[in-house]
Amino acid sequence: MSGSEVVIVGGGVTGLSAGWWLARSGVKVTVLDKFIVGWEASGRNGGGASHYSSPLFDEEQRLWPQMDELLGYPTEHQKGRILIAMTERQWEQYRFIAERHTRLNHPVELLDVKQVQEAVPLAGDNSFGGVHYKFGGHANPQRSVQAYAWALQDLGGKIVQHSPVTDFETAGGKVTAVKTANATYGCDAVVVAAGPQIPQLMAQLGVDVPLAAARAEMIITEPAPMMPLGGVDGHKIYGRQTLRGNLAYGGGPHEWLDVDATGPAARPSTPLARNLAKRLAELLPKAAHLNVIRSWAGIIENSPDGRPIIDRLTSPDNVVVASMSSVGFGLSPASGHAIRDLVIDGKCSFADIDILKLSRFDNLESDWREKRGWMPIS
Amino acid sequence: MELNFTGTDICAINGTRSAPETHYDIVVVGAGPSGVAAAIDAAKAGAKVLLVDENPVSGALMGNDIPLYFGGRMTAATQNTDRMLEAIFMSMPALENAMDAGVELLLGTTAWGVYRNGPGVASLPQQVVGLADSERSWLVGFDKIILATGARDLAMSFPGWNQPGVMGAAALQMLLTRYEAFAGQRILVLGSHDLALETALLAQARGIDVVGLIEVRDAPQGNAELVAQVAAAGIAIHCGQTITSATGGINGIESATLSTGDVVACDTICVAIGLIPSIELVDAMHGPRALNATRGGYIPAGEPSVTAVGDCAGLADSGFDHVAYRMDWMRALSDISADDTIICQCEEVTRADLIGVQPPNYLSRPAPMCARSLDTLLEDGPANPDQPARQPPRTGSSAAAQNPC
Repeated sequence: MSGSEVVIVGGGVTGLSAGWWLARSGVKVTVLDKFIVGWEASGRNGGGASHYSSPLFDEEQRLWPQMDELLGYPTEHQKGRILIAMTERQWEQYRFIAERHTRLNHPVELLDVKQVQEAVPLAGDNSFGGVHYKFGGHANPQRSVQAYAWALQDLGGKIVQHSPVTDFETAGGKVTAVKTANATYGCDAVVVAAGPQIPQLMAQLGVDVPLAAARAEMIITEPAPMMPLGGVDGHKIYGRQTLRGNLAYGGGPHEWLDVDATGPAARPSTPLARNLAKRLAELLPKAAHLNVIRSWAGIIENSPDGRPIIDRLTSPDNVVVASMSSVGFGLSPASGHAIRDLVIDGKCSFADIDILKLSRFDNLESDWREKRGWMPIS
Repeated sequence: MELNFTGTDICAINGTRSAPETHYDIVVVGAGPSGVAAAIDAAKAGAKVLLVDENPVSGALMGNDIPLYFGGRMTAATQNTDRMLEAIFMSMPALENAMDAGVELLLGTTAWGVYRNGPGVASLPQQVVGLADSERSWLVGFDKIILATGARDLAMSFPGWNQPGVMGAAALQMLLTRYEAFAGQRILVLGSHDLALETALLAQARGIDVVGLIEVRDAPQGNAELVAQVAAAGIAIHCGQTITSATGGINGIESATLSTGDVVACDTICVAIGLIPSIELVDAMHGPRALNATRGGYIPAGEPSVTAVGDCAGLADSGFDHVAYRMDWMRALSDISADDTIICQCEEVTRADLIGVQPPNYLSRPAPMCARSLDTLLEDGPANPDQPARQPPRTGSSAAAQNPC
């Protein structure tokens, strides 16, 4: 497929990674974004890269340590993760998960309260214990999305910002062009990785993609002294210490929303920031004095079973749809690879990803959102 | 798919947000003259009114240039919170009038955000303002909010500005008048518009040696009467010049070098080029704003539910184009700055790194990274000002969000 044209709708982390992977294979790539690449949830998340329940996990783990070198730009990727249990119940859950990892041969170590304090200097004596994952890791979402975008350009790919996709041209069971207000982009294949806007875009192709959008929030503090391992979370928050020392953490509860075809109207922070700060202060009491200097929110699309959708459609048969259900950032090196494989070869070369097919929702009840309580507050 | 769903998502926010512990008819943020007057008016009209002001902030925060650009030129007196509280009451008799009128007053209390339902959020039981003092944070409900958050110092970078002794005009005025806690003795003032002229006259009246004003344009910019007063006070205004560097020692600034080559001995350089209306809370509310060059920059724009009074609603309009004036200063200071001039003190970003879109020094800079620049970024279309640093936006008005740059 070298030399053919692929248009990617959506310059989030998944679309950018897919574009980069395709460009590496000699494909001419154009990424269309409605605003600025990586400017929404792709750049505003916990940065975690330890998705052990995904079929893309092994590839995620294989690729992240190489990404700085492969992309040519820094991602701040760091290895390892420590979960700290702040309640008896969390401690039970974390030990259960640790046992599962041991069975799967993922290296984990249980830490008692004292070991937690030794491994995590900002922790206190108020925990029940911790689990050290000696795999996985985290990276800086803001830097990584920019790294993908630049690496893609370095391979000749094009990025067109401020250009929302309006519709598609189809012929002979294929999408032949993607249209924006100002231009029409002819294509041999299309990747739709437009996050919360996927359902409306795919509806134009007669394809129903069941997704519900929710707002998630994060906070970031002033810099704290550097910890030897920055991927510390637990206590119902997720996040990391940046290489500058700031603590960047997010967590629930989330709010279900409706999103227009043009995307989220706003991504407001709420007083949940205060609740996040409280949990962070409990998790890392020696950082409790730090001021919160930023807060932000992102809109995440979720599939009915919470798993990503990565699928090449049968009709139109040159369209790959990719929606990552809130695990898009960490899995991005692997999801991009999988999307590249689907576009070029029609099949993922490194993992069985049938579980991510859209067809699993063929018999989905029409009131699936209501049944799950995933409706916006009226 | 045939699972038993309950119709409820226990992890969703629905119903989990409790109503705030207190509710006021009106909350006024900022206890400067405009805020106090608004609070008194509201209380006299029978409303239940809360008036909050973040001052006095702790000495440690003042050391971080919060809420104004103090430049480390505070005396040790600012470490004593009781003394600072007393100083505020002594300097603002209207505060007692407000309390007599029934206004509930909370000093040392920061309003860190204002939140209401709207696009993207429907989960708030009512509109709230987030407050915090040195002990705790809490939420307060309100029917109406009046923002009287004032204006903050505009900082500008030049070689050597990142030393103690470079400070803002609003900070200097606050230290001189409210706290009587300015630690400098000999100041050079940058700018010659009303702010600079008033600051120079005030400083001299308080016994500070004002060695002169530096004006980048060819003539003094402020109103003629103030210019005449400054001349009568024997303070020189050096026009068509700029500062090219500041040097200092362990205690900060010791001298400034001008574009003429003259070296001026001083312990403080007061950046009095302009003030910026503090509209962070308007932003946090997703309230509309508009650029108004004669009123100091972005100001709240026309939404009836957001009432802004005083400087945060826009500086007094004298027809002077503040934005064009700042740009003249910015160009002149940018021209004389070197690659290694620090632009952002908080994050230690140099001029070369900002323009080169380069990451901080703790990250590697492989060849493709070094080839990137602001120019290549702009080839992709209009950029967001936060894009070069790839930093998410700052919080509405948390204490640490107000650093000078």
